[in-house]
Amino acid sequence: MRTSNGLGFIYLSLLVALVLTVMPMPQQVKLFRPDWALLVIMYWTMALPGRVNILTAFVLGFLTDVLVGTVLGVNALAFSVVSFIVAVNYLKIRNFSVIQQALLIGLFLALYHLLLFWLSHFLTGVYFLPAYLWPVLTGMLVWPWVFWLLRRYRRQFKIQ
Amino acid sequence: MNAIFSRGPLLGLRLFLAVLCSVGLMTVDRYTERSTQLRSFLTSVVSPLFYVASLPETLLSGATEQFMSHQRLLDENALLKESLLRQNGQLQLLGYLQQENTKLRALLGSAPLTDGQRLVAEVLAVYSHPFSHQVVLNKGKNDGVTVHQPLIDESGVVGQIVSIGPTSSRALLISDNTHAISVRAERTGIRTVAEGLGQWDLLRVIHLPQSADIRVGDRLLTSGLDGLFPEGYPVAEVSLVQKDESQPFMTIYATPYAKLDRIRHVLLLWQGVRTDDVLSPEEPK
Repeated sequence: MRTSNGLGFIYLSLLVALVLTVMPMPQQVKLFRPDWALLVIMYWTMALPGRVNILTAFVLGFLTDVLVGTVLGVNALAFSVVSFIVAVNYLKIRNFSVIQQALLIGLFLALYHLLLFWLSHFLTGVYFLPAYLWPVLTGMLVWPWVFWLLRRYRRQFKIQ
Repeated sequence: MNAIFSRGPLLGLRLFLAVLCSVGLMTVDRYTERSTQLRSFLTSVVSPLFYVASLPETLLSGATEQFMSHQRLLDENALLKESLLRQNGQLQLLGYLQQENTKLRALLGSAPLTDGQRLVAEVLAVYSHPFSHQVVLNKGKNDGVTVHQPLIDESGVVGQIVSIGPTSSRALLISDNTHAISVRAERTGIRTVAEGLGQWDLLRVIHLPQSADIRVGDRLLTSGLDGLFPEGYPVAEVSLVQKDESQPFMTIYATPYAKLDRIRHVLLLWQGVRTDDVLSPEEPK
């Protein structure tokens, strides 16, 4: 096991996820935009929990806060919590089939949106609309593809 | 790898620290005055990302312009010329009216209305997170943009600047649920406040008693009382009025005039300085 193998590639994928998060899109599509950054951080936490875990999730969440314009720290907290749950259970999650994983990821995404809404409601008094939960569904649907793509990426560049 | 990693308590500790940091950040951002500076700094740090993210769209729209047919360009040109002519005609009348207005105001002894400077800015990114309606603009401190500066588009008020970087800035839209704007109904002159709800096409008009004279279709203009937005710009049209005698206030909703979900260019306003022309207009798209 070599040290610091392909850390740059991990950061590159996180950067791409951030760019996808802020990419301009038509209004109707935006509502369904999956939480790319969270999906990618969940994959890396599951695949390499020794390299990517709560600290990375926290920093990425903070960057998301800055980019998106939510109250600073809201996404950072939600990302950290989700990453913690994945990091604790990574061995179990790895053994699930991709479909089962997708369902589980949906659960995590729902938790993330709940946390996000709850904190934002507390801090700025937002109102809840059921439409805010669309990314949970789209996130579940894209997870198999994200998983497959990132696994190929990881094997291609031998990131350990 | 597992041997390195099987340290449960360490993870718990990390989570605890992360939560602590997040709560600290939230407190600083929400309840202290430093947050504007902090946000401005962070906006300038991440602004290259916005340029990268909007690159595909820019390329795409550039390509469509390249492949536009000659005939369509000619048609568009004719259409634009016609609308320019019509608007110039209206402007002549406006100049005359403005002069008259200034004279009348001088007779009444009240302060004259001043036209401010304007600056055209392009929208780099519209972030549609339901909890934050903000846009990133391609003008910043280097162009003289300041915090709390009002923003309009061709049909109405859009929002105000909340943080600035050297070459980009971030504006809060009137539909954000932390935003409220002081308005006046054009027909009756009633003053009230319109607050955002986190929905693109809806504002809520608050604190109007049951007896207030307001109906669907009333135009709401800025009142200038908030000291940020200059007076008289259209904000929204009343779209729903509900009277319920058991409630102290009426339930009123309004639809913003500005197409907040598809803005491409906005006009930044400066108050006070008397110049009529638009500063550094960009090439028309």
